[in-house]
Amino acid sequence: MQLEYFQLIDRIVALDPGSRSITVEAQVPQQSTIFEGHFPGYPLMPGVLLIEAMAQTSGWLLISLLKFERMPFLAAVKEAKMRTFVTPGETLSIEAVIAHEGSGYAMTDAKISVGGKLACNATLTFRHVPFPNPDLRGHMEAMAKRIGYPQQASS
Amino acid sequence: MMSSTFDQVATIIAETCDIPRDTITPESHAIDDLGIDSLDFLDIAFAIDKAFGIKLPLEKWTQEVNDGKATTEQYFVLKNLSARIDELVAAKGE
Repeated sequence: MQLEYFQLIDRIVALDPGSRSITVEAQVPQQSTIFEGHFPGYPLMPGVLLIEAMAQTSGWLLISLLKFERMPFLAAVKEAKMRTFVTPGETLSIEAVIAHEGSGYAMTDAKISVGGKLACNATLTFRHVPFPNPDLRGHMEAMAKRIGYPQQASS
Repeated sequence: MMSSTFDQVATIIAETCDIPRDTITPESHAIDDLGIDSLDFLDIAFAIDKAFGIKLPLEKWTQEVNDGKATTEQYFVLKNLSARIDELVAAKGE
């Protein structure tokens, strides 16, 4: 994770268009200015960032299903539950599956596990639109390469 | 007897958006009369898609309205929305 760049996903472990599911890995950094305030002397990964990590995971799944033609944007968060504390240095396994594909929107069920134990989960809604500009698409393609996006996944 | 498409849609809207069921009529405009915004409408579309086994073509409708080829009344007045749903359900069986 590079919290300062809002890059919360380190590596795509599995992306299966058939079952419309994705699993990624992300390691919470040991050090971050965020932990100086959240909380002093008791560093915890903020719940909103865990939600964002689930959203980014879902986003890669959607980008794949949308063949890199459209960009999903987070629109709603439902039933988000922070079940355990997530602390610096922990490795997260983040999974998402499509719950519904609508016209111009989609919903996913996402969850984060730490050491095989469920840490948090949520149902997320995204609107998706054609990439608003080529820059963003290029950036997403470069990032996809960096985090090990399987090239065959969108072919 | 199966409830009508409108009744099902009205129930979905009432439950999804916490709007009193008796204020929802076939003449109600989802946006102008019931005050449902586009994000809340996604939840309604989701529930309708699930209930009727269809996919409301929201993008197409939005495009048509934006292009001036259709009015929001054609899609968002509930009796018209119900008719569109019936058409989509009928098309599914073809």
